[in-house]
Amino acid sequence: MSDANLLATEHDDFRHIVRRALQNRSFVVGLVITLTVITIALVSFVWTPYDVTKLVIADRLKPPSMTHWIGTDHFGRDIASMIMEGARNSIAVALVAVAIGILVGVPIGCWAAAKRGAIDEVLMRGSDIVFAFPALLSAVMITAIFGPGAVNAIIAIGIFNIPVFARVARGAALSIWPREFILSARASGKSDARITLEHILPNIANLLLVQGTIQFSLGILAEAGLSYVGLGAQPPNPSWGRMLSEAQTMMAIAPQMAIAPGVAIIITVLGLNLLGDGLRDVLDPKLRRDR
Amino acid sequence: MNTNKLLITAFATTILATSSALAARTDIDIGVVLEPPHLDPTAGAAAAIDEIVYANVFEGLTRIGPDGSVQAGLAESWTISADGLTYTFNLRDGAIFHDGSALDAGDVVFSLDRARGEESTNAQKGLFDAIESVEAVNDDTVVVTLSRAQGSFLYNMGWGDAIIVAPESAEGNKENPIGTGPFRFTNWTKGSSVQLDVFDGYWGNKPALETVTFRFIPDAAAATSALLAGDVQAFPNLPAPESIPIFDADPRFTVVIGSTEGETILSTNNGKPPFDNVLVRRAMAHAIDRQAIIDGAMFGLGTPIGSHFAPHHPAYVELVEIYPYDPEKAKSLLAEAGFAEGITGTLKLPPPSYARRGGEIIASQLREVGIDMEIIPVEWGQWLDQVFKAKDYDLTIVSHTEPNDIGIYARDDYYFDYANPVFNDVIAELDRSADEDRRYELFRAAQEILTEDAVNGFLFQLAKNGVWDTKLQGMWENSPIQANDVTGVSWTE
Amino acid sequence: MFAYVVRRLATVLTTMLAASLIVFAVLQIVPGDPARLMLGINATQDAVDNLREQLNLDDPLHVRYLTWLVDMVRGDFGNSYTYSVPVRELVAERIIVSVPLALLALTLSTIVAIPVGIFTASRHGTATDTATMAATQFGIAIPNFWFALLLVYVFAITLRWVPAGGFPGWHEGLWPALQSLLLPAIALALPQAAILSRITRSALLETLHEDYIRTARAKGLPARRVLWHHALRNAMIPVLTIMGLQFAFLLAGTIIIENVFYLPGLGRLVFQAIQQLDLIVVQSVVTLLVAAVIAVNFLVDLAYAWADPRLRSRTR
Repeated sequence: MSDANLLATEHDDFRHIVRRALQNRSFVVGLVITLTVITIALVSFVWTPYDVTKLVIADRLKPPSMTHWIGTDHFGRDIASMIMEGARNSIAVALVAVAIGILVGVPIGCWAAAKRGAIDEVLMRGSDIVFAFPALLSAVMITAIFGPGAVNAIIAIGIFNIPVFARVARGAALSIWPREFILSARASGKSDARITLEHILPNIANLLLVQGTIQFSLGILAEAGLSYVGLGAQPPNPSWGRMLSEAQTMMAIAPQMAIAPGVAIIITVLGLNLLGDGLRDVLDPKLRRDR
Repeated sequence: MNTNKLLITAFATTILATSSALAARTDIDIGVVLEPPHLDPTAGAAAAIDEIVYANVFEGLTRIGPDGSVQAGLAESWTISADGLTYTFNLRDGAIFHDGSALDAGDVVFSLDRARGEESTNAQKGLFDAIESVEAVNDDTVVVTLSRAQGSFLYNMGWGDAIIVAPESAEGNKENPIGTGPFRFTNWTKGSSVQLDVFDGYWGNKPALETVTFRFIPDAAAATSALLAGDVQAFPNLPAPESIPIFDADPRFTVVIGSTEGETILSTNNGKPPFDNVLVRRAMAHAIDRQAIIDGAMFGLGTPIGSHFAPHHPAYVELVEIYPYDPEKAKSLLAEAGFAEGITGTLKLPPPSYARRGGEIIASQLREVGIDMEIIPVEWGQWLDQVFKAKDYDLTIVSHTEPNDIGIYARDDYYFDYANPVFNDVIAELDRSADEDRRYELFRAAQEILTEDAVNGFLFQLAKNGVWDTKLQGMWENSPIQANDVTGVSWTE
Repeated sequence: MFAYVVRRLATVLTTMLAASLIVFAVLQIVPGDPARLMLGINATQDAVDNLREQLNLDDPLHVRYLTWLVDMVRGDFGNSYTYSVPVRELVAERIIVSVPLALLALTLSTIVAIPVGIFTASRHGTATDTATMAATQFGIAIPNFWFALLLVYVFAITLRWVPAGGFPGWHEGLWPALQSLLLPAIALALPQAAILSRITRSALLETLHEDYIRTARAKGLPARRVLWHHALRNAMIPVLTIMGLQFAFLLAGTIIIENVFYLPGLGRLVFQAIQQLDLIVVQSVVTLLVAAVIAVNFLVDLAYAWADPRLRSRTR
């Protein structure tokens, strides 16, 4: 419906967009949160307050203090350090899953839009079928069959991103094809593939960016769910979902263990959703008035 | 007049309400961790089966009491010949199965022959090894002849795997168990609970409870909340040791930390390099800090062990200090064995928290000395297939909950892949001996050999974290056998 | 309309067929002999052969697929290996937990979300609107299982108003059963309500800008009347679509919540079956759930087409 408005228009110059972006509250807040989370994840590669693979049983279940900002878990690990490294895991899984969706889904969608007819029909029915599979249930099935672990979690989540991007790309591409500049490109003898690369993709990139942000945040939630049931990243690599499942029984004695990863997930997802909403508004001048 | 009527009604209601509150409760919901695959203890190794039906639904010739002693079961009394080879059992009068048929000697012959026969799917066939023949003398008397004297025979007959079934109903026991116990099976809501109701035709004293519901709650968190919320009134072995302090502080609950027969060990594949090297295994023994595992994984509940033997057994030998926690010693032993640069392998962990949590701690301790184990969590089904049956593993953590099971180290082809002729001789003699002093000597020798060979990482004796409503009495404090015998349980008000 | 229904029905059946083929295929790539896998290494050859026969494993692939499909259509879902009872019975036992749970969650989310959506749309641009929309952002970002943990902690453990988990069964009475579904339903409903209220709000705002609404306003109809009588009816179409999708999601997507509350529902049945390698149950129940999702989407499409005749021709 309204997504068509997201397609780039000729008189949108970059400076204009940036100015609009900086005036958009959602965008700014979302961007700041997201960049902070990403920075924390990157910092964890070179520095964390404590080594999270080292268990110090004597220091277990300590409340927050100056030495351990969010306290320690049942193995005496520093929760702040685990949240930092967990961010790395969540972001990596969700991001690669989005990449799979884009790399496979967008070409499929563009192809369907370029060819129309039977190919389009088959590809879109194919994506209907994938949509019919309850995502989480299927992800559980995939990871259970091929074994738990971060890589299989990525694949399980990535598969469900494919039809999402295929549909978005197809819908957007379909509305670009009848435009005049495409018709003239066609008249000059360019192939469908080349037109898609040179004209269609640049024009649907905005839309893909917005969708990518949404899928990114859904991926964070899905990864948390999979790790929570034990099918995500395996110990000793920290993951927010597994931290939550370990924290469950210790709610009464060490509430920080359950609160910290939950808050981390909420902040990250919130940041990405705000960023996505902001991007949509910024890149789509018409909608800004209404919502 | 209307007012009067109303008053009377109100009064009557109050009396009714009070009197029903005064009468003791007769139902109970008991939390257990695992759902059994079926309910026939003679056709499966799963402890979850016995934990529902043992003593409650099914009975054997003898039974194991709360203190681990052998008591009379369906056999009222017995005599043993002087050479220890002939046992004559006198059966109870009036014992009937839940389908109404009477128990007779033929059922006993059928049950024992079925369990030891060639077609038998009994998981503990070894219990019946010594039996040569079983004969019914008359309806109430059975004579069992052994091929060799067996010190533990009466004890063996008290196992869940040795319960007495009827030929007419034996095949259906998996789904609809029919025994002679004080409770009969009523309903099994798959994935949720099994319900037992009192059996009016029971030969012995009627139990105080009328309805017993076993609810399956595998998850530590769910188990804790179910108790706190009153969904279950007892958890004979709570899978969440971290919650014990909460219940300890709550006057509504009684917490009893008892003993189990569960030796929790770091099982090691003795047949697979580099773990076939005794130096490597000793190095691992020095690398492990048992107390840290007990504190970190079990929140302090558990007793360190140095061999495969229960600390509460009179023949226990204290061997914990043979391999004290000493990472430097571990490193030098590894170097001596030719693995100075370290070892890599896998550590397969079944679902219980002692394994999953303990495994993380052990992996971290082993990493300190250069042994890098990749953690692979497995479900019970996978564990049985991959580890127990196919021996496709390096290390795993599991609690061996069968009582007095040191003999498993003498089994050919057992999943440890351990073979020591000297040890096998000790176990063979143990099986033959009926003399208690000699048996204890042999038990001690067996423990020492296992420690010497550092066959497995001997970690700790699993505690039984019993939590139940303070108004309940008669719950078992210890687990001398895999069972939740509720025949003596009652509400005090 | 009839032609449209027939056309859509054909698509639905094709989709279901393809989906069943995928489920069947995925379970064929499980490494090893499924019968051996299910029975374990120590099983006798006899037992393995029996199971192979029960599963028709010795038939060619296409025959097996067709047999399974025909049996499914007839209502014979095979026997569970773990419990040795017909899968149909297991499904019947669990569906009476899952469907009421999904309906309860959907009801809760709807009775909260639609008024919130209407309220914020009618106060578009005010501080209340902004604050409510910010709150819904949080609602979407909260993982439902984490919310479930907090609910259990507060309402079951601390206040003891409702059970912390488990399901007493409907035979215990309506109220005890509903009580134990309440917390899981609330946990499931929160993110759904957040999404639904945003959709309601934006759908309303969109229709409020359509020409006929402007006309109605210009004619001097009171704003309230315009909102209730004209805008709302039209805005309901996208709202109903989302509700349909959410119901489909709730049917099968409750797997984690069912685990938190240890409810014996369909999601947990599949989860346990996967862990126990009970492939017959996995294959049949997953297919059934997928069919349910497709069917619900189909009904939503029909409702959509019925409400908006233009669509019937557009999707041609």
